[in-house]
Amino acid sequence: MESSRDDFIIAIRSAFLKKGNQQRFSLIGLIIFSITILILGRFNFKPIDYLKISLNEIAYRSTFVVSLPENYFKKIYRNIDSHLNFYNDYSNIQEKLKQLEGQNKIDEYIIIENKRLKKIIDDYIITSEEIIAKVLIDKQSPFLKTIIINKGSKNDIKRGMIVLDGDYLVGKIVEVNFLTSRVLLLSDLNSKIPVTIEPGGHQSILSGTGKNYGIIQYSKNKYIGEEKNIIYSSGSGGLFKPGIPIGKMEKDQIKADNIIIFFSDFSQLKFVKVLLFKKDMN
Amino acid sequence: MKIFSKKPILITILRNAPIILLFISVLNEFDLNYLELKYFSFNFPFILIFYWSLKKSESLGYGYIFLAGLFNDVVVGLPIGISSFSYLLISGFASYLRNITLSPNLIKDWIFFLFTILVVNSTVFLSLTLLFLYSLDYYDLVINIFFTFLFYIIFANIFKFYQEVVFGKTND
Repeated sequence: MESSRDDFIIAIRSAFLKKGNQQRFSLIGLIIFSITILILGRFNFKPIDYLKISLNEIAYRSTFVVSLPENYFKKIYRNIDSHLNFYNDYSNIQEKLKQLEGQNKIDEYIIIENKRLKKIIDDYIITSEEIIAKVLIDKQSPFLKTIIINKGSKNDIKRGMIVLDGDYLVGKIVEVNFLTSRVLLLSDLNSKIPVTIEPGGHQSILSGTGKNYGIIQYSKNKYIGEEKNIIYSSGSGGLFKPGIPIGKMEKDQIKADNIIIFFSDFSQLKFVKVLLFKKDMN
Repeated sequence: MKIFSKKPILITILRNAPIILLFISVLNEFDLNYLELKYFSFNFPFILIFYWSLKKSESLGYGYIFLAGLFNDVVVGLPIGISSFSYLLISGFASYLRNITLSPNLIKDWIFFLFTILVVNSTVFLSLTLLFLYSLDYYDLVINIFFTFLFYIIFANIFKFYQEVVFGKTND
Protein backbone atom coordinates (compact mmCIF):
# COMPACT_ATOMS: atom_id res chain seq x y z
CA MET A 1 0.00 0.00 0.00
CA GLU A 2 2.78 2.34 1.05
CA SER A 3 4.91 1.57 -2.03
CA SER A 4 2.01 2.05 -4.49
CA ARG A 5 1.38 5.51 -2.96
CA ASP A 6 5.07 6.28 -3.36
CA ASP A 7 4.96 5.16 -6.99
CA PHE A 8 1.97 7.41 -7.61
CA ILE A 9 3.73 10.41 -6.07
CA ILE A 10 6.92 9.70 -8.03
CA ALA A 11 4.96 9.43 -11.31
CA ILE A 12 3.05 12.66 -10.59
CA ARG A 13 6.25 14.47 -9.62
CA SER A 14 7.99 13.22 -12.72
CA ALA A 15 5.05 14.22 -14.98
CA PHE A 16 4.47 17.71 -13.62
CA LEU A 17 7.66 18.87 -11.93
CA LYS A 18 10.45 17.38 -14.01
CA LYS A 19 11.38 19.26 -17.14
CA GLY A 20 10.94 16.74 -19.95
CA ASN A 21 13.27 15.94 -22.84
CA GLN A 22 13.93 18.99 -25.04
CA GLN A 23 11.39 21.04 -23.03
CA ARG A 24 12.35 24.62 -22.29
CA PHE A 25 9.65 25.23 -19.70
CA SER A 26 8.43 23.23 -16.74
CA LEU A 27 4.85 22.02 -17.01
CA ILE A 28 3.86 23.01 -13.48
CA GLY A 29 5.42 26.45 -14.02
CA LEU A 30 3.28 27.06 -17.10
CA ILE A 31 0.14 25.71 -15.40
CA ILE A 32 0.68 28.13 -12.50
CA PHE A 33 1.33 30.92 -15.01
CA SER A 34 -1.96 30.11 -16.83
CA ILE A 35 -3.89 30.17 -13.55
CA THR A 36 -2.26 33.51 -12.67
CA ILE A 37 -3.27 34.98 -16.04
CA LEU A 38 -6.81 33.66 -15.55
CA ILE A 39 -7.15 35.16 -12.07
CA LEU A 40 -5.63 38.50 -13.09
CA GLY A 41 -7.90 38.56 -16.15
CA ARG A 42 -10.90 37.97 -13.89
CA PHE A 43 -10.02 41.16 -12.00
CA ASN A 44 -9.42 43.14 -15.23
CA PHE A 45 -5.69 43.59 -14.62
CA LYS A 46 -4.49 46.10 -17.22
CA PRO A 47 -1.43 44.22 -18.61
CA ILE A 48 -3.67 41.19 -19.26
CA ASP A 49 -6.02 43.44 -21.28
CA TYR A 50 -3.05 44.68 -23.34
CA LEU A 51 -1.89 41.09 -23.87
CA LYS A 52 -5.38 40.15 -25.03
CA ILE A 53 -5.63 43.10 -27.42
CA SER A 54 -2.23 42.27 -28.97
CA LEU A 55 -3.14 38.59 -29.33
CA ASN A 56 -6.52 39.56 -30.81
CA GLU A 57 -4.96 41.50 -33.65
CA ILE A 58 -2.48 38.72 -34.47
CA ALA A 59 -4.89 35.81 -34.04
CA TYR A 60 -7.82 37.25 -35.99
CA ARG A 61 -5.71 38.01 -39.05
CA SER A 62 -3.91 34.65 -38.85
CA THR A 63 -7.22 32.83 -38.44
CA PHE A 64 -8.58 34.49 -41.54
CA VAL A 65 -5.58 33.29 -43.56
CA VAL A 66 -5.50 29.81 -42.01
CA SER A 67 -9.25 29.38 -42.61
CA LEU A 68 -8.99 30.06 -46.35
CA PRO A 69 -8.63 26.39 -47.43
CA GLU A 70 -11.43 25.24 -45.14
CA ASN A 71 -13.64 28.10 -46.29
CA TYR A 72 -13.02 27.02 -49.85
CA PHE A 73 -14.25 23.50 -49.08
CA LYS A 74 -17.15 24.96 -47.15
CA LYS A 75 -18.10 27.01 -50.21
CA ILE A 76 -17.94 23.95 -52.47
CA TYR A 77 -20.08 21.96 -50.03
CA ARG A 78 -22.70 24.71 -49.91
CA ASN A 79 -22.68 25.10 -53.69
CA ILE A 80 -23.32 21.41 -54.18
CA ASP A 81 -26.03 21.49 -51.54
CA SER A 82 -27.77 24.48 -53.13
CA HIS A 83 -27.60 22.87 -56.58
CA LEU A 84 -29.22 19.72 -55.27
CA ASN A 85 -32.07 21.75 -53.77
CA PHE A 86 -32.36 24.10 -56.72
CA TYR A 87 -35.78 23.04 -58.03
CA ASN A 88 -37.47 22.91 -54.60
CA ASP A 89 -36.07 26.32 -53.70
CA TYR A 90 -37.26 27.78 -57.00
CA SER A 91 -40.84 26.53 -56.47
CA ASN A 92 -40.92 27.87 -52.90
CA ILE A 93 -39.54 31.24 -53.97
CA GLN A 94 -42.14 31.60 -56.75
CA GLU A 95 -44.92 30.98 -54.29
CA LYS A 96 -43.51 33.39 -51.72
CA LEU A 97 -42.88 36.07 -54.34
CA LYS A 98 -46.54 36.15 -55.28
CA GLN A 99 -47.54 36.68 -51.65
CA LEU A 100 -44.86 39.30 -51.03
CA GLU A 101 -45.71 41.39 -54.09
CA GLY A 102 -49.21 41.85 -52.74
CA GLN A 103 -47.97 42.56 -49.23
CA ASN A 104 -45.35 45.05 -50.39
CA LYS A 105 -47.93 47.55 -51.62
CA ILE A 106 -49.63 47.60 -48.21
CA ASP A 107 -46.28 47.84 -46.39
CA GLU A 108 -45.13 50.89 -48.31
CA TYR A 109 -48.19 52.80 -47.22
CA ILE A 110 -47.81 51.67 -43.59
CA ILE A 111 -44.13 52.71 -43.47
CA ILE A 112 -44.87 56.21 -44.68
CA GLU A 113 -47.75 56.55 -42.26
CA ASN A 114 -45.62 55.21 -39.41
CA LYS A 115 -42.83 57.71 -40.04
CA ARG A 116 -45.31 60.58 -40.08
CA LEU A 117 -46.97 59.49 -36.83
CA LYS A 118 -43.64 58.90 -35.06
CA LYS A 119 -42.45 62.37 -35.96
CA ILE A 120 -45.62 63.79 -34.44
CA ILE A 121 -44.94 62.02 -31.10
CA ASP A 122 -41.19 62.85 -31.26
CA ASP A 123 -40.09 59.20 -31.33
CA TYR A 124 -38.63 59.07 -34.79
CA ILE A 125 -35.34 57.23 -34.78
CA ILE A 126 -32.66 57.58 -37.37
CA THR A 127 -29.62 55.47 -37.92
CA SER A 128 -26.02 56.56 -37.81
CA GLU A 129 -23.87 55.98 -40.84
CA GLU A 130 -23.86 52.36 -41.83
CA ILE A 131 -20.55 50.58 -41.49
CA ILE A 132 -20.26 47.57 -43.73
CA ALA A 133 -17.94 44.97 -42.25
CA LYS A 134 -16.58 41.72 -43.52
CA VAL A 135 -16.88 38.65 -41.32
CA LEU A 136 -13.32 37.52 -40.65
CA ILE A 137 -14.00 34.55 -38.42
CA ASP A 138 -17.23 32.65 -37.92
CA LYS A 139 -15.69 29.72 -36.11
CA GLN A 140 -18.36 29.34 -33.50
CA SER A 141 -17.34 27.14 -30.65
CA PRO A 142 -19.90 24.59 -29.44
CA PHE A 143 -20.39 26.82 -26.41
CA LEU A 144 -19.96 30.40 -27.55
CA LYS A 145 -21.57 31.91 -30.62
CA THR A 146 -19.59 34.93 -31.75
CA ILE A 147 -18.12 36.25 -34.98
CA ILE A 148 -15.21 38.57 -35.66
CA ILE A 149 -15.58 41.45 -38.12
CA ASN A 150 -12.85 43.46 -39.82
CA LYS A 151 -13.83 46.86 -38.41
CA GLY A 152 -12.70 48.20 -35.07
CA SER A 153 -12.25 51.40 -33.09
CA LYS A 154 -10.32 52.81 -36.07
CA ASN A 155 -13.63 52.77 -37.99
CA ASP A 156 -15.65 54.29 -35.09
CA ILE A 157 -17.08 50.98 -33.97
CA LYS A 158 -18.26 51.17 -30.38
CA ARG A 159 -19.30 48.55 -27.87
CA GLY A 160 -23.05 47.99 -27.91
CA MET A 161 -23.61 48.89 -31.57
CA ILE A 162 -26.06 46.59 -33.28
CA VAL A 163 -25.22 44.31 -36.17
CA LEU A 164 -27.60 43.54 -39.02
CA ASP A 165 -27.59 41.04 -41.85
CA GLY A 166 -29.64 42.89 -44.48
CA ASP A 167 -32.64 44.06 -42.46
CA TYR A 168 -32.41 41.31 -39.87
CA LEU A 169 -30.89 41.63 -36.45
CA VAL A 170 -27.84 39.43 -35.91
CA GLY A 171 -26.32 40.58 -32.62
CA LYS A 172 -24.35 43.33 -30.97
CA ILE A 173 -20.73 44.38 -30.58
CA VAL A 174 -19.25 43.12 -27.32
CA GLU A 175 -15.52 43.67 -27.83
CA VAL A 176 -13.73 46.34 -29.84
CA ASN A 177 -10.09 46.17 -30.90
CA PHE A 178 -8.25 48.64 -33.09
CA LEU A 179 -8.87 46.81 -36.39
CA THR A 180 -11.40 44.13 -35.44
CA SER A 181 -14.47 43.62 -33.27
CA ARG A 182 -16.33 40.68 -31.77
CA VAL A 183 -20.08 40.32 -32.31
CA LEU A 184 -22.16 38.35 -29.81
CA LEU A 185 -24.78 36.54 -31.90
CA LEU A 186 -28.40 36.33 -30.82
CA SER A 187 -28.04 32.54 -30.67
CA ASP A 188 -25.40 32.70 -27.91
CA LEU A 189 -26.52 31.44 -24.54
CA ASN A 190 -25.41 34.73 -22.96
CA SER A 191 -27.44 36.91 -25.38
CA LYS A 192 -30.63 38.36 -23.93
CA ILE A 193 -32.53 41.13 -25.71
CA PRO A 194 -35.93 42.78 -25.25
CA VAL A 195 -38.39 41.83 -27.99
CA THR A 196 -41.99 42.24 -29.04
CA ILE A 197 -44.05 39.26 -30.14
CA GLU A 198 -46.44 40.19 -32.94
CA PRO A 199 -49.37 40.08 -33.38
CA GLY A 200 -50.40 41.17 -29.92
CA GLY A 201 -47.40 43.33 -29.02
CA HIS A 202 -46.35 41.11 -26.10
CA GLN A 203 -43.12 42.33 -24.50
CA SER A 204 -40.61 39.68 -23.56
CA ILE A 205 -36.94 38.70 -23.49
CA LEU A 206 -35.39 36.63 -26.23
CA SER A 207 -32.58 34.40 -25.07
CA GLY A 208 -30.05 32.48 -27.16
CA THR A 209 -29.70 28.76 -26.61
CA GLY A 210 -26.23 28.03 -27.97
CA LYS A 211 -27.96 26.30 -30.91
CA ASN A 212 -29.26 27.90 -34.13
CA TYR A 213 -32.51 29.05 -32.53
CA GLY A 214 -33.66 31.21 -29.62
CA ILE A 215 -36.32 30.93 -26.95
CA ILE A 216 -38.67 33.33 -25.19
CA GLN A 217 -37.33 33.48 -21.69
CA TYR A 218 -39.45 36.01 -19.83
CA SER A 219 -42.83 37.44 -20.73
CA LYS A 220 -45.82 38.87 -18.94
CA ASN A 221 -48.19 36.18 -17.61
CA LYS A 222 -45.73 33.59 -18.95
CA TYR A 223 -47.01 34.13 -22.48
CA ILE A 224 -45.01 31.86 -24.75
CA GLY A 225 -46.46 32.94 -28.10
CA GLU A 226 -47.94 30.92 -30.91
CA GLU A 227 -46.60 29.32 -34.03
CA LYS A 228 -45.83 31.76 -36.86
CA ASN A 229 -45.68 34.77 -34.52
CA ILE A 230 -43.00 37.22 -35.65
CA ILE A 231 -40.38 38.49 -33.23
CA TYR A 232 -39.17 42.11 -33.48
CA SER A 233 -36.80 44.11 -31.30
CA SER A 234 -38.86 46.09 -28.80
CA GLY A 235 -36.47 49.00 -28.32
CA SER A 236 -36.75 48.77 -24.51
CA GLY A 237 -33.57 49.95 -22.85
CA GLY A 238 -32.78 52.22 -25.79
CA LEU A 239 -30.12 50.03 -27.35
CA PHE A 240 -32.08 48.62 -30.26
CA LYS A 241 -34.42 50.42 -32.57
CA PRO A 242 -37.93 49.00 -32.19
CA GLY A 243 -39.26 46.87 -35.02
CA ILE A 244 -36.12 45.21 -36.36
CA PRO A 245 -37.22 41.76 -37.53
CA ILE A 246 -35.47 38.92 -35.71
CA GLY A 247 -37.22 35.64 -36.33
CA LYS A 248 -40.31 33.52 -36.53
CA MET A 249 -41.84 31.33 -33.86
CA GLU A 250 -42.06 27.65 -34.61
CA LYS A 251 -42.90 24.51 -32.73
CA ASP A 252 -39.95 22.32 -31.77
CA GLN A 253 -40.96 18.81 -32.81
CA ILE A 254 -38.81 17.14 -30.16
CA LYS A 255 -39.40 19.30 -27.10
CA ALA A 256 -42.91 20.47 -28.17
CA ASP A 257 -41.94 24.01 -27.09
CA ASN A 258 -42.05 27.20 -29.12
CA ILE A 259 -38.65 28.19 -30.48
CA ILE A 260 -37.52 31.22 -32.46
CA ILE A 261 -36.01 30.48 -35.86
CA PHE A 262 -33.86 33.46 -36.82
CA PHE A 263 -34.47 35.08 -40.19
CA SER A 264 -30.74 35.34 -40.75
CA ASP A 265 -28.60 32.22 -41.07
CA PHE A 266 -25.70 32.96 -38.74
CA SER A 267 -23.50 30.29 -40.30
CA GLN A 268 -23.65 32.03 -43.70
CA LEU A 269 -22.68 35.56 -42.71
CA LYS A 270 -20.18 37.18 -45.05
CA PHE A 271 -20.84 40.90 -44.73
CA VAL A 272 -22.79 42.64 -41.98
CA LYS A 273 -23.95 46.18 -41.25
CA VAL A 274 -22.97 47.84 -38.00
CA LEU A 275 -25.24 50.65 -36.89
CA LEU A 276 -25.96 52.95 -34.01
CA PHE A 277 -29.53 54.16 -33.64
CA LYS A 278 -30.29 57.54 -32.19
CA LYS A 279 -33.25 59.89 -31.90
CA ASP A 280 -33.94 62.40 -34.66
CA MET A 281 -33.29 65.87 -33.25
CA ASN A 282 -34.65 67.82 -36.24
CA MET B 1 11.81 9.13 -44.86
CA LYS B 2 14.64 8.24 -47.20
CA ILE B 3 12.90 9.96 -50.09
CA PHE B 4 12.87 13.22 -48.11
CA SER B 5 16.45 12.95 -46.84
CA LYS B 6 17.75 15.33 -49.49
CA LYS B 7 15.16 17.96 -48.57
CA PRO B 8 15.93 19.21 -45.05
CA ILE B 9 13.16 21.83 -45.10
CA LEU B 10 10.56 19.19 -45.80
CA ILE B 11 11.93 17.01 -43.01
CA THR B 12 11.76 19.93 -40.57
CA ILE B 13 8.15 20.59 -41.55
CA LEU B 14 7.22 16.93 -41.22
CA ARG B 15 8.93 16.61 -37.84
CA ASN B 16 7.21 19.76 -36.57
CA ALA B 17 3.85 18.77 -38.05
CA PRO B 18 2.20 18.21 -34.62
CA ILE B 19 2.98 21.82 -33.59
CA ILE B 20 1.92 23.20 -36.97
CA LEU B 21 -1.29 21.16 -36.83
CA LEU B 22 -1.95 22.35 -33.28
CA PHE B 23 -1.71 26.01 -34.29
CA ILE B 24 -3.79 25.46 -37.43
CA SER B 25 -6.42 23.66 -35.40
CA VAL B 26 -6.72 26.38 -32.77
CA LEU B 27 -6.81 29.12 -35.39
CA ASN B 28 -9.12 27.24 -37.70
CA GLU B 29 -11.15 24.96 -35.37
CA PHE B 30 -11.64 21.66 -37.16
CA ASP B 31 -15.20 21.47 -35.95
CA LEU B 32 -16.99 20.71 -39.24
CA ASN B 33 -19.72 23.09 -38.06
CA TYR B 34 -20.64 23.96 -41.63
CA LEU B 35 -22.18 20.49 -41.95
CA GLU B 36 -24.76 21.89 -39.51
CA LEU B 37 -25.12 18.64 -37.65
CA LYS B 38 -27.26 19.48 -34.66
CA TYR B 39 -25.57 17.41 -32.00
CA PHE B 40 -21.98 17.16 -33.15
CA SER B 41 -18.79 18.79 -31.98
CA PHE B 42 -15.39 17.57 -30.93
CA ASN B 43 -12.19 19.03 -29.60
CA PHE B 44 -9.34 18.22 -31.97
CA PRO B 45 -6.56 19.99 -29.97
CA PHE B 46 -7.33 17.75 -26.97
CA ILE B 47 -6.76 14.62 -29.09
CA LEU B 48 -3.64 16.02 -30.69
CA ILE B 49 -2.04 17.19 -27.45
CA PHE B 50 -2.84 14.00 -25.56
CA TYR B 51 -1.53 11.69 -28.29
CA TRP B 52 1.72 13.53 -28.98
CA SER B 53 2.43 14.28 -25.32
CA LEU B 54 1.98 10.59 -24.63
CA LYS B 55 3.84 9.09 -27.57
CA LYS B 56 6.44 11.70 -28.45
CA SER B 57 6.49 14.46 -25.88
CA GLU B 58 9.48 16.24 -27.43
CA SER B 59 7.45 16.92 -30.60
CA LEU B 60 5.12 19.29 -28.73
CA GLY B 61 6.87 21.83 -26.50
CA TYR B 62 4.97 22.98 -23.41
CA GLY B 63 5.66 26.59 -24.40
CA TYR B 64 3.98 26.06 -27.76
CA ILE B 65 1.03 24.34 -26.10
CA PHE B 66 0.67 27.31 -23.74
CA LEU B 67 0.80 29.76 -26.66
CA ALA B 68 -1.71 27.71 -28.70
CA GLY B 69 -4.06 27.87 -25.71
CA LEU B 70 -3.81 31.66 -25.62
CA PHE B 71 -4.63 31.83 -29.34
CA ASN B 72 -7.58 29.49 -28.84
CA ASP B 73 -8.98 31.72 -26.08
CA VAL B 74 -8.72 34.74 -28.33
CA VAL B 75 -10.36 33.02 -31.33
CA VAL B 76 -13.18 31.40 -29.37
CA GLY B 77 -13.69 34.32 -26.97
CA LEU B 78 -12.97 32.52 -23.72
CA PRO B 79 -11.23 34.16 -20.74
CA ILE B 80 -7.54 34.34 -21.54
CA GLY B 81 -5.53 31.50 -19.99
CA ILE B 82 -8.31 28.92 -19.68
CA SER B 83 -7.40 26.90 -22.80
CA SER B 84 -3.68 27.05 -21.96
CA PHE B 85 -4.53 25.66 -18.55
CA SER B 86 -6.66 22.85 -19.99
CA TYR B 87 -4.11 21.96 -22.70
CA LEU B 88 -1.26 21.85 -20.19
CA LEU B 89 -3.35 19.75 -17.84
CA ILE B 90 -3.92 17.27 -20.67
CA SER B 91 -0.18 17.23 -21.30
CA GLY B 92 0.38 16.54 -17.61
CA PHE B 93 -2.07 13.64 -17.60
CA ALA B 94 -0.47 12.19 -20.75
CA SER B 95 2.96 12.58 -19.20
CA TYR B 96 1.76 10.80 -16.04
CA LEU B 97 0.36 7.94 -18.12
CA ARG B 98 3.66 7.69 -19.99
CA ASN B 99 5.55 7.42 -16.70
CA ILE B 100 3.40 4.62 -15.28
CA THR B 101 3.06 2.62 -18.51
CA LEU B 102 5.38 -0.30 -19.10
CA SER B 103 3.62 -1.89 -22.07
CA PRO B 104 1.62 0.67 -24.08
CA ASN B 105 -1.89 -0.32 -25.11
CA LEU B 106 -4.15 1.81 -27.30
CA ILE B 107 -7.37 0.80 -25.54
CA LYS B 108 -5.93 1.66 -22.11
CA ASP B 109 -4.73 5.00 -23.49
CA TRP B 110 -8.21 5.56 -24.87
CA ILE B 111 -9.88 4.93 -21.49
CA PHE B 112 -7.35 7.15 -19.75
CA PHE B 113 -8.03 9.83 -22.37
CA LEU B 114 -11.73 9.70 -21.43
CA PHE B 115 -10.83 10.16 -17.76
CA THR B 116 -8.51 13.05 -18.70
CA ILE B 117 -11.04 14.97 -20.79
CA LEU B 118 -13.72 14.42 -18.16
CA VAL B 119 -11.50 15.95 -15.49
CA VAL B 120 -10.24 18.78 -17.71
CA ASN B 121 -13.66 19.70 -19.11
CA SER B 122 -15.22 19.58 -15.65
CA THR B 123 -12.52 21.93 -14.36
CA VAL B 124 -13.02 24.30 -17.30
CA PHE B 125 -16.82 24.14 -16.96
CA LEU B 126 -16.65 24.92 -13.24
CA SER B 127 -14.18 27.79 -13.75
CA LEU B 128 -16.26 29.33 -16.53
CA THR B 129 -19.59 29.07 -14.73
CA LEU B 130 -18.46 29.84 -11.17
CA LEU B 131 -15.53 32.20 -11.66
CA PHE B 132 -16.48 33.95 -14.91
CA LEU B 133 -20.28 33.56 -14.69
CA TYR B 134 -20.60 32.23 -18.24
CA SER B 135 -23.80 30.44 -19.24
CA LEU B 136 -22.85 27.14 -20.83
CA ASP B 137 -25.03 24.30 -22.02
CA TYR B 138 -24.09 21.23 -20.01
CA TYR B 139 -25.39 18.87 -22.71
CA ASP B 140 -23.26 20.51 -25.41
CA LEU B 141 -20.23 19.83 -23.26
CA VAL B 142 -21.22 16.19 -22.74
CA ILE B 143 -21.73 15.75 -26.50
CA ASN B 144 -18.36 17.39 -27.14
CA ILE B 145 -16.66 15.02 -24.66
CA PHE B 146 -18.40 12.00 -26.17
CA PHE B 147 -17.32 12.76 -29.75
CA THR B 148 -13.81 13.78 -28.68
CA PHE B 149 -13.53 10.42 -26.93
CA LEU B 150 -14.87 8.53 -29.98
CA PHE B 151 -12.61 10.34 -32.41
CA TYR B 152 -9.49 9.68 -30.33
CA ILE B 153 -9.18 6.12 -31.55
CA ILE B 154 -9.43 7.19 -35.20
CA PHE B 155 -6.92 10.02 -34.91
CA ALA B 156 -4.60 7.93 -32.73
CA ASN B 157 -4.31 5.38 -35.53
CA ILE B 158 -3.68 8.12 -38.12
CA PHE B 159 -1.05 9.74 -35.88
CA LYS B 160 0.55 6.35 -35.20
CA PHE B 161 0.90 5.73 -38.91
CA TYR B 162 2.36 9.22 -39.37
CA GLN B 163 4.74 8.70 -36.46
CA GLU B 164 6.01 5.47 -37.98
CA VAL B 165 6.54 7.09 -41.38
CA VAL B 166 8.21 10.28 -40.15
CA PHE B 167 9.91 9.35 -36.86
CA GLY B 168 10.45 5.65 -37.44
CA LYS B 169 8.97 2.54 -35.80
CA THR B 170 7.24 2.97 -32.44
CA ASN B 171 7.53 0.52 -29.53
CA ASP B 172 3.78 -0.06 -29.13
